[in-house]
Amino acid sequence: MTDTYTLVAFGVLALVSVASAVGMLTARNVVHAAYCLLAVSIAAAGLFALLEARYLALMQVLVYAGAVAILNLFTIMITLRRREDAVRPRDFSWPGLALAVTFFAAVAVAVAGGVLVPGVEPDVFPGVREFGERLFEIEGWVLPFEIASLVLTAALVGAVWWSREEGER
Amino acid sequence: MSPVLIATLRVLAAVGLMLLNGVVLIYMLRKVLGHLHVRLGPTELGPAGMFQTLADVVKLLTKEDPTPGMVDRVLYFLAPLIVFVPSLAAYAALPFSSSIIAADLDAGLLFTFAILSLVTLGIFAAGWASYNKWSLLGAMRSIAQQVTYEVPLLLAALPPVMIAGSMNLADIVRAQQGSVWFIVPCFPAFLFFLVAGLIEANQTPFDMSEAESELVAGFATEYASMKFGLLFLSEFSNTFVFSALMVTLFFGGWTLPFVPDALLSGVGGAVVFMIKTYLVIAVLMWVRGTLPRVRIDQLLSLGWKVLLPATLVWIVITGLAVKLGPALIGGVS
Repeated sequence: MTDTYTLVAFGVLALVSVASAVGMLTARNVVHAAYCLLAVSIAAAGLFALLEARYLALMQVLVYAGAVAILNLFTIMITLRRREDAVRPRDFSWPGLALAVTFFAAVAVAVAGGVLVPGVEPDVFPGVREFGERLFEIEGWVLPFEIASLVLTAALVGAVWWSREEGER
Repeated sequence: MSPVLIATLRVLAAVGLMLLNGVVLIYMLRKVLGHLHVRLGPTELGPAGMFQTLADVVKLLTKEDPTPGMVDRVLYFLAPLIVFVPSLAAYAALPFSSSIIAADLDAGLLFTFAILSLVTLGIFAAGWASYNKWSLLGAMRSIAQQVTYEVPLLLAALPPVMIAGSMNLADIVRAQQGSVWFIVPCFPAFLFFLVAGLIEANQTPFDMSEAESELVAGFATEYASMKFGLLFLSEFSNTFVFSALMVTLFFGGWTLPFVPDALLSGVGGAVVFMIKTYLVIAVLMWVRGTLPRVRIDQLLSLGWKVLLPATLVWIVITGLAVKLGPALIGGVS
């Protein structure tokens, strides 16, 4: 019974994410493309939730659907001078086509040659608590985590420094 | 009952609460603001004008719904939905009492913030699709506000989380059950949360995205009838969710001091929770009726230059107190 519901939910989410991805690539309007990307990230969050990866689903919504989508729109908003500029002409270029074909061929070869190992579901799904404990225990990932936070802080300070006026530096 | 049926009933309960909350808040807004302005508010229809809001709902539903000719059709119709759905989902993790909670999530606080941050995307869609300068200005302000205040809001909510040691909203309430409400040890964090939350909930001293004296109705200018209704319903609902979060984080949720927990485990706790939430909303309306609207540049510099450093400092202080406090007290005794 639950399996049927899971399958239906998976079908809907998969359809939404693929359709929005295609929509994002084919949209000529950058704002529409940004919203298609938003739909893809929310569908991905739904897929994570179906896999009982609740923390990843939350992060997907908070970071990709929330922050990255907002940042995309922010950028679009400050770079567009007129509303009509949002609609981009379709440029055709041979190098672009060649790149796309090469990439598609590489992915196709990799997928055709690879063997997909069916995943095994664990008996107990680790929750947010287990994830946090694993992340912050001394033998775990606390050192890489701290290094990452240091790098981010440095980037933040650097950004503030660069964005000042010439005379204030 | 099948799990799907239960889930559906829970969603319907949230929709019902959201609609009811909208009706109650419109009435409350008129009455509270009216008395703050030394006038009566609605008086004609029903006792103390109580049915005025119902008449307004009927009006909103039966209004003509014109679509301006130049709008971006897809986004124009989607925007009220993008605004409404996250507002509805935000009810999921709110602990009305220890047994009445739609989804008892381990990271309930994070879930609520993550979901509420999506509302802005809908507001931007509304403003951009409307093809109207005021709408677009409102949408731009709303995005700028979101970028500025998302971080201080989360940081201001962290001290209670650090003391309780959990992001589960029900656990945060339980941590306040035996001891004092977190407003006592986290008073500065409460003030930061109040300011950042007023901004996130788009409440008046900071409702830049629809400032009616400058932008007509901001992002909602081109919307009419029930599409406008959805935008406003979600706005009132966000006020409710924000107040409920404040009650949960700082005012002990469904608990009351000196009242045994057994009395407040079920419906009784939910009643206490609702009363507290509406008291917080009344205070927000009091702020709204008292203070003038700030300017957008003042708002943004307040966020970056005051609120962000202040919340960070307070987190450091709380962290030191949480880690060193027990050791110091243990050393003295």
